Parts: sequence; structure tokens; C-alpha cells
Amino acid sequence: MSGVPTGVRRLSWFELSARNRLTALLDARSFEEFVGPEEGVTSPHLLRFDLPNAFDDGIVVGRGRLDGKPVLVAAQEGRFMGGSIGEVHGAKLVGILRAAQALAAAGRPQACLLLLDTGGVRLQEANAGETAAAEAVRAVLDARTAGASVVALLGGRAGCFGGGSLIAACCSHIVMSEHARLGVSGPEVIETYKGAEEFDSQDRALAWRTLGGTTRRLLGSADALVDDTATAFRQAAIAQLQRPRTFDLARLQAEHSRLRERIRRFGDCRDGAEIVRRMLEPAAIHGLDDRSARDAERLIAKLPEVAHDAR
Amino acid sequence: MTHAEIAAALFGKAHNVSVDEAGIVRGTGSSTSGREVNVVGIANAQPLGIEAALAIAQETLDIMRRNPGAAILVLVDSGSQLMSRREELLGLNEALGHLIKVLRAATSSGHPTLGLLYGSSTGGALIATGLATSWLAALPRAQPSVMQLQAMARVVKLSIEKLERLAADTPVFAPGIANFASMGAIHAVWDEGSDLGLQLEQVLATRLNGDDERARLGAERGGRTKAATIIERIVAEAQRG
Repeated sequence: MSGVPTGVRRLSWFELSARNRLTALLDARSFEEFVGPEEGVTSPHLLRFDLPNAFDDGIVVGRGRLDGKPVLVAAQEGRFMGGSIGEVHGAKLVGILRAAQALAAAGRPQACLLLLDTGGVRLQEANAGETAAAEAVRAVLDARTAGASVVALLGGRAGCFGGGSLIAACCSHIVMSEHARLGVSGPEVIETYKGAEEFDSQDRALAWRTLGGTTRRLLGSADALVDDTATAFRQAAIAQLQRPRTFDLARLQAEHSRLRERIRRFGDCRDGAEIVRRMLEPAAIHGLDDRSARDAERLIAKLPEVAHDAR
Repeated sequence: MTHAEIAAALFGKAHNVSVDEAGIVRGTGSSTSGREVNVVGIANAQPLGIEAALAIAQETLDIMRRNPGAAILVLVDSGSQLMSRREELLGLNEALGHLIKVLRAATSSGHPTLGLLYGSSTGGALIATGLATSWLAALPRAQPSVMQLQAMARVVKLSIEKLERLAADTPVFAPGIANFASMGAIHAVWDEGSDLGLQLEQVLATRLNGDDERARLGAERGGRTKAATIIERIVAEAQRG
């Protein structure tokens, strides 16, 4: 099962490139790329803006094995244009998700792992990116309807914003590290439109309390909180694939109730710290700050908001 | 056109479509051929926040219970996603995702879901409403966008003058109906001068199968020359061996 040097797997997920994340996540030498960089399928739009191209347009897609089982994968490169979704980038993402749907429909379901690391739609090709994001969201849902699991792994530099955050929300299961940030509008965007009194983008701690992995996990927006290592992401991905993958109307109704209940309980909160206090008081859980993500995960998993399959 | 004018143009007097103070559209109308059309949506250029997304999702779930298989028309005149710290803290992405799921579930369980973009719609709100329907029409004066040019200029660090110059002949990034249609995102631009009810009736008669045709349309219309081929290739490679 292994063969990947353990050193790579101990490295920080946040620091790794998209390709190295895949190497460390999957079984050794199992990855096979589709439409790889040697083909040079680049963005037809960036040159208009005098911007450099990447030979993979900032995303790596293909197949491999995870704990011996075949999986499809897509990994966004947050260091190229903020992992943003343009025409080619988006089409590669949509392609791998439609492949998951096709295989499941043919009775050969394979899970699809999305290593999302994106600021959202690439503005230089905004309309193509927006359309691709809408296609990707739909392809996630169609893959799930056909019987495939789609798992989001979040912990990259660019966070997971805009269209990327909608793709994540539609996945079967979501794994986040504490470094991960998940939201529709990021702090800079909200500050630009609404001012620093609404969201001070310089306040890093505030950004993490609002959008970060721990808050997301506490609210039930993510299914697992993991340490920032490739090993932790690999173990969590393997664990998530054991979980049920039904996607039906009953589950959507349960999700509706879950989101309504969240607003009823926490709708007046303005800060992640308030939510944590309100949530943890009755459970008498203390010292979350001092614990590793794995210890925190054990405590958090006991909370009622967190233990659900309603997504 | 206002939502009231749209409803009248689509259904004459045979409708009870209304909009509440939060901008949520609800009601039913009877199409030209007497087919019942359930209407949901967002009006008055309201930004789409958690409560609004859940309200539209709720209404859609109710339609699915009440009226299995009936057509659902999503009317869209929205702002962007509601931008605030509170919305992000409480998981706006999940609420928008939930709305998308519900609209797709409606399609999968046999409800033809159509969108009509008659006003503005921006960014995440557009993905969660119009772009979440199986078949999206727009009126000629509708204004879809990812981000207004002014804000875009700041983010991409170009002057607004340079961006406007580029926008004139580069459909791929600039706001506007024709630009979104060339991507395949909008299936058809309806003619306001002729009967909207008949144009709706024609779409309802086509038995939408729910397949995502947008990449193919984008290739045919020349707005996205690479996407459809890449998607097809990856699907084929993954099925091999």
C-alpha cells in the first residue's frame, strides 16, 4: 500500500504543490494523469491579458489508487492564478466528475477526490469560469446521484472560495485542516464592497475564526478536521470513503432542517468564538486551543451539530 | 420589466405569482396550453443570503411534495451573494449549495426546471439560481455578471479604461447577455416583442432531459472552443482500461 517515502506524507499539505499532494495522498506510483502538461492544453484567454500560461492550467486530473481502491482525482494548484477556475481548468474538473458519473452509471462506481485550492472563478475569463463552476457543481451532484462518492479535501494556500465553495458544499464528504478556509466571499472581497468595519481582511485571526476548519467542523459544514499533513488527509479520505453515499430527497430534507436549526441556534452570532462558546458550554469541553486537530476531532465529533450525514 | 409584468406576459391573468418583502417569488401560473407552471425565484435585485436561499429551496421542496412532476420556473433578478461576515460565518456556501441540490433533485425527479433571467444576477447568486436550472432563458435587457467591471479592475490590477477596451471584443470576461450566451450558459434570449407565454410553451414542449448541454453550446457558439473537447476526452480516458 505504501512505497511513498514517509517523509513526503509528513510534509505540510498547505505547503505542498498540487502534484506532490497527489503523490503523497495516493498509493505509491498509482497516479495516471489525463490531459497532462506534456500536451500543453493551456488557457486560450490569458494571453489577451499578457499573462503567462501554465501547461496544466493550474489543475491536475487523473486516476490512481487509494488504499488499493481505484479513485478519480482532481488537484487544483493554488500557486497558479490562485487556483482559479478558467475555461480549461474548469473543463478538466468537469471532465473528471462526469467520468465519475459515467463509471458509476456503468456499474463501476469509483470515488472522486477533489483537492480544492481556489480563489474561485478566474476573472480574466470570468464567464467561462462561472459557467464551468456551474457545470462542475452539477457534475458533482450527478455523480452522487449515479452512486459515486465525491470527497473534498481542503487545506491549500488559496483556500476554497467563490464557485469552489459551492462545489465543496455539494460534495458527499468534506475534509478540512485548520489551515483551510471555506467561504463564498473572502475577507478581501467583503472588505472591498462593504468596508473594513464589516470584515477587516488584515485581521488573520478573525478570518480563520470565521472561515477556518475548526469553525466549519463545529458547525457541521465539514465532516472531518485533520492535521496539516498528507498522512492525515490520506487517512481521512480513506475513512470518508467508508461512509454511506446515498443522495436522495430524504437527505436533502434532512440538510434543510439542519441548516434551519443552525440559523435558529446561532443566527445572531457575529464571530466564530461566540459559536464555540455557545456550543461547548453545555458539553463542558475545554482546552480545544491546546490540542492537536486529532484530539479536537474526537471531542468535536460528540457534538450534535457535527454528527450528521445530511449533505 | 418587473416581476409583475413578467408574470402577466407569461400567463396573462391566469397566475397568482407574488413577491414578498424579502424578494422571494412564489406562485403558480397556467401556460398557454393550460399546463401548470410553479414559479419560484428572487426579485428586486435582492442579494442572495442564507435565509433567502433556504426560502427558495423550501418552496421548491414544497412544490415537489404538492405537485410531482410539474414544471418549475425560476425567475431571477438578484444582486450577488449577500456579502457579510455573518453570512460567511454561518455557511452561506452550504445554503447556496443546498438550493442548487434541491433544484437539481427536482430535475432528477421529473420536474422540468427552467430559469428566466429578467434582471441582474451576479457571481454566486447566478450559479445558485439561473445556472442551477436545466434550461436558462434571458430577456435582452437582463444583466448577468461575475463581477462588475469596476471591482474587477481592482482585482486584476488593470485600469478600468483598459478593461473596458478589452471588454468590447472579449466576450469571455465581460458582463452581458450575449457574452453569457456565447459560453452556452444561457440557452436562449427571448424576444420581448413577441408572446413570452408562447416562448415558454415551446420550451415546456421539448421534454428537457436534464443533460448538461452547456459546454457543447459554448463550442457551437464559439465562446468556449476548448471545454467540450477536454471534457469528452477525460470521460473517454477514464473509462478505458
